[in-house]
Amino acid sequence: MSTLSERILGAGAGAYVDRAVDRAYVHDGTGLLARAAWTEIGSGVFTDPDRRYLIFDHIVPANTSMTADLQQEMREFAAMTGMHFFEVGAGVCHQVMAEGRALPGEVIVGADSHSCTLGALGAFATGVGATDMAGIWATGGTWFRVPETTGIFLEGALSGAASAKDVALAYVGALGMDGATYRALEFVGEGAASLSMADRLTLCNMAVETGAKTGIFYADRVTRDYLAGFGIAAERQVPHASGYPDEIAIDLEDVVPLLALPPRVDTVCPVAEKEGLPVDQVFLGTCTGGRYEDLASFAAIVRGKQVAVRTVVVPASRAVLMQAVASGVLADLVAAGCAVATPGCGPCLGAHMGVLGEGEVCLSTANRNFKNRMGVGGEIYLASPMTAAATALVGAITSPEEFL
Amino acid sequence: MRGTGRAVCLGRDIDTDLIIAGRYLRTKDRSVWATHALEDLDPALAGRLSGAVIVAGGNFGCGSSREQAAVALRDAGVVAVAAPSFARIFFRNAVNIGLPVLECEIPCRDGDQVTFDLEEGWIEAGGIRRAVSPLSPRMRAILAAGGLVPFLCGGPR
Repeated sequence: MSTLSERILGAGAGAYVDRAVDRAYVHDGTGLLARAAWTEIGSGVFTDPDRRYLIFDHIVPANTSMTADLQQEMREFAAMTGMHFFEVGAGVCHQVMAEGRALPGEVIVGADSHSCTLGALGAFATGVGATDMAGIWATGGTWFRVPETTGIFLEGALSGAASAKDVALAYVGALGMDGATYRALEFVGEGAASLSMADRLTLCNMAVETGAKTGIFYADRVTRDYLAGFGIAAERQVPHASGYPDEIAIDLEDVVPLLALPPRVDTVCPVAEKEGLPVDQVFLGTCTGGRYEDLASFAAIVRGKQVAVRTVVVPASRAVLMQAVASGVLADLVAAGCAVATPGCGPCLGAHMGVLGEGEVCLSTANRNFKNRMGVGGEIYLASPMTAAATALVGAITSPEEFL
Repeated sequence: MRGTGRAVCLGRDIDTDLIIAGRYLRTKDRSVWATHALEDLDPALAGRLSGAVIVAGGNFGCGSSREQAAVALRDAGVVAVAAPSFARIFFRNAVNIGLPVLECEIPCRDGDQVTFDLEEGWIEAGGIRRAVSPLSPRMRAILAAGGLVPFLCGGPR
């Protein structure tokens, strides 16, 4: 058989290949070290600036003078190289790239671990570190080991209180934090075809939490319709009918609202098992759970009510924010008492805009709950936007089922 | 490439937030990362890393792509990291900055003398010798050059 990763990289699993990188992007965090390494390479060559992107998302707007100085250096670097630059407020790099800057069949590399998100569009997309990115800038390509693939067969369709985030937590829980190390996760089956692009982005986003190099969907009608919205015509990618040596199956009809318990993303249980556990903060946002569909599903639950705990909402991009403005979702969130902040990563990595104090508990729609990640001594429960909404209303972990 | 150091034994799934916390990433002073290496796992560890071979459980370096994690360990004086498996971005980052990574299972205790030879593919501790999974020829060449930057500049520094 030939997996989608093998087709895009042009070799069988286990082979090492040198490939041009169709698109490459960095953010304000990893861009700094990448720039330093690129400068050290010293050739002065910066390849394909029209397919290279710098997207400010990690600490935006700057939280300290130090951050501001470093960001200014990055602005100057972007201007010097001629790469695309996205200023404060554009959104999380993966979401910005997903909005018409990632196409089926492309090789896309981001200097951020969640770059696997873009596999939702049928691209081979993966994360690297700063020095690898510097090498890509300087030479136009890099080496890859073509990954083995784990098939994730999705059956049925989502309904009720179950969402793509719960499916993501289900597969991370099933595979474990290193269950797919060096591998690709390929999402296939009738259930995969039934999922929206927002759902697919969420599923691919968390692939790295199993150690996977990427998560990937075959481009189909959903992909074509989504890209047509950006004026882009895309071809379908037809799966070769056969099995995977390594696979798991998830029936979407059986999925219930799930939690990942601190401090491991693979310690997963039904929300019902922790019902009533008090929280200090709810965070709705990130490249996992900050898309328009996430904000809308949250708003549908809190509309006309008041949240009982501090609730930070960070739209994943400006386009998401604008859609929420146009539809009235943003007004619903603000009226319900949510604090809405600049599009970007928000407090996900504990830098600003909702850092936790000692002993504080946060229910978050993000993808990581490592020890101290959102603040020293804070604890993070990961869940879906709907579970976040129900929890925000009650002030304690609550299943969304009773609010639908 | 041959090396030796004292074992500092760690558990499995050591994530890059534990290796260097997000609160230390934004700085103009790169010595900060080594000073705070592994602080959230155990604040006493940073002082024991000079001349150390970290011998960890599986999935070392999972999580964020932050290259500061590999840099923090290298600059703290870590000679090499040995683990049954590594998260792939950390694995690439380490090689790219010239920090040897040894995919292997080697039983040992804190303070044991650990010796390894990457070319010959072995690691030894407490009189026990085990095989190290070979790196790809490209990764070996990058590591031999001292990292990706010197590799791209045309050879060992």
